[in-house]
Amino acid sequence: MNSSLIAWILRAIPFGTIIMFGSMGEIITEKSGNLNLGVPGIMYLGGFAGFASSYFYEKLSPNPKGWVCVLLALFCAVAASMLGGLIFSFLTITLRANQNVTGLALTTFGMGVANFFGVFILNGASYTAAPLAYASFSKKMPVLSSSFGTVSEILFSYGFLVYAAIIMAVALHFVLNKSRVGLNLRAVGENPGTADAAGINVTRYKYLATCIGAGISGIGGLYYVLDYNQGIWATTGQIEALGWLAVALVIFTTWKPLNAIWGAYLFGMLYWLYQFLPGVLGIHISSYMTDLVQMVPYVVTIVVLVVVSFRKKKENQPPASLGLSYFREDR
Amino acid sequence: MSSNHSVHREPAVRIVKRDTVTMGKKIFVRAAAILLALVVDAFFIFFVTGLNPLSVYRVMFDGTFMTPIRFSWALRDLATLLCIGIALAPAFRMRFWNVGAEGQVLVGGLVTALVMVRCGQSLPTPLLFLVMFVTSIAAGAVWGMIPSFFKAFWNTNETLFTLMMNYVATSIVACMTNIMRGQASSLGKLNMSNQAGWFPQFGITFLPDILNQRYTINILSVILLMFGMFLYMKYSKQGYEIAVVGESENTARYAGINVRKVTIRTMLISGAICGFAGFLIVAGRDQTISTASAGGQGFTAIIVAWLAKFNTFYMALISFLLVFLSRGASEIASAYSLNDFAASIIEGIILFFILGSEFFINYRMIFRGSGKEVQA
Repeated sequence: MNSSLIAWILRAIPFGTIIMFGSMGEIITEKSGNLNLGVPGIMYLGGFAGFASSYFYEKLSPNPKGWVCVLLALFCAVAASMLGGLIFSFLTITLRANQNVTGLALTTFGMGVANFFGVFILNGASYTAAPLAYASFSKKMPVLSSSFGTVSEILFSYGFLVYAAIIMAVALHFVLNKSRVGLNLRAVGENPGTADAAGINVTRYKYLATCIGAGISGIGGLYYVLDYNQGIWATTGQIEALGWLAVALVIFTTWKPLNAIWGAYLFGMLYWLYQFLPGVLGIHISSYMTDLVQMVPYVVTIVVLVVVSFRKKKENQPPASLGLSYFREDR
Repeated sequence: MSSNHSVHREPAVRIVKRDTVTMGKKIFVRAAAILLALVVDAFFIFFVTGLNPLSVYRVMFDGTFMTPIRFSWALRDLATLLCIGIALAPAFRMRFWNVGAEGQVLVGGLVTALVMVRCGQSLPTPLLFLVMFVTSIAAGAVWGMIPSFFKAFWNTNETLFTLMMNYVATSIVACMTNIMRGQASSLGKLNMSNQAGWFPQFGITFLPDILNQRYTINILSVILLMFGMFLYMKYSKQGYEIAVVGESENTARYAGINVRKVTIRTMLISGAICGFAGFLIVAGRDQTISTASAGGQGFTAIIVAWLAKFNTFYMALISFLLVFLSRGASEIASAYSLNDFAASIIEGIILFFILGSEFFINYRMIFRGSGKEVQA
């Protein structure tokens, strides 16, 4: 196979994994009727908490172990992002604040927290690294990753979170579509009034969905820092762009976790399209055109959004009460 | 017996919508929210940096008020933020979630910059400004109109659509600036030689020094817009239509309002004012264009417009608060060698508190056993 096509896939899949986590979390959140535009902020919180915990563990422990690093980073990332989700839930569900505005404020806040404390760790340097965490997160599978040549390279040469994302997407599909909990959750997102009348605890479902969703989105940030970015923390706006791409991916998948698997990889291919246009497709473009190529994922998302609204197929629509807060006595 | 009773027991807290809220109460709740947020921020400052929060807040004050030039920068930022907030007000009043201001500002600014470069040498100054003005608002209007068109006819989700349009605009601006800069490493100020298309800087002689601004035109035009939009929303027929559509589309339809027309028209206005903000940024502030020209103000303005409940004068107050905060935070950053991101944290906390405080304005809580309620 063409070697630059392989290189392209090797870039696209890790990239896709970041936004796959981000969007799976947001799918759960949106299924409960909460439109959380704080995804970029939550991914910042997750990424930073994961990085900071493993950085200090590596630095302070005399004999750091890889598996402790992984568990600690995962725990801290999920906890920090769930806290972000909790702020959003409390404001929008209990205090019924506007979801769009609260989400944007959460994005500002999360980015601020991560970069503010990040500067203390950086301590004047332009970047710092957590090498052990990177090594543990990006560890390849022992036998599979080397014995089948190209197939191994394309399929098995990634850290474990790549596979965890796929498994999680499949699991999420079954939970949402085949379980009682999933049915209730979708009911809450479609029509909370009816769900309430049917005896479903709307508030609890919304809280849990938003917080768990935030936790999963946060893993995306963690994966970006500790694996994709080789365990390096630097003050950039990169995670914010990835967060919005994750929101775009939610629309692209029409709120279905299984679509997130191929959708995320497709977005990864599109994101890196500009680098591989000449090598793979033989198309040469001038350097300024690369910026235009970078907008393709967003344009594709808009097209999906429009087509979905044209066709009005029930199963492809956003949750009907998306973005609205629920007040029992307001009917 | 007892379990039977617990099923019917009154909940510990019930929440009831308020009918009317007095002005004094509104102000009190908001002031309390900001005060609480400042206390939380003070704890944050103290525990993280060990500095005395009061002296930090004083330094913050200096960020805006220490010198006239700083004050004029603050007013300039205020004008930009307020202009975008004003643009968003009618759309939000209509419950159309235009989160695409960032993109609409950028295309307006881009078109302004292109006209400056293309026609800077050939057109006489008044005509040049006219062309810049018209094309920038047209560009913003078109950018805002596209999502509203799909919303009006096919009910396409506008929050997500306008959000995506931001990144399309950013990409286009990135591409165009790369073309315009050619071989140079950065674009730099446009028309550096003859300053064509730059707003002239002048003061008004009868005003005190503090109001004599470098950015007089920006500020004056935004003040005009502030009054204009207030009157439009409150007293015009179109403003009333926007309000009705926002409250209930069915009611609007029943009353014979053409909802599609109102949706598209309102977004044309909203986008046009965003485009105008882009014009002010490029011609009156930066004299150049980049992907950072809007600088997140399009998102901050959403918060401004929402918190002010579409009243343009409150918007001015809230914009000022936010500009004051971000200027103050960068002042803290340089004075105590912290970093600018402290501003985002402080701003985030204050916003959370203000957003949360709305609850206490709109609802009241009745505790069990308070005995105030009559049996329904």
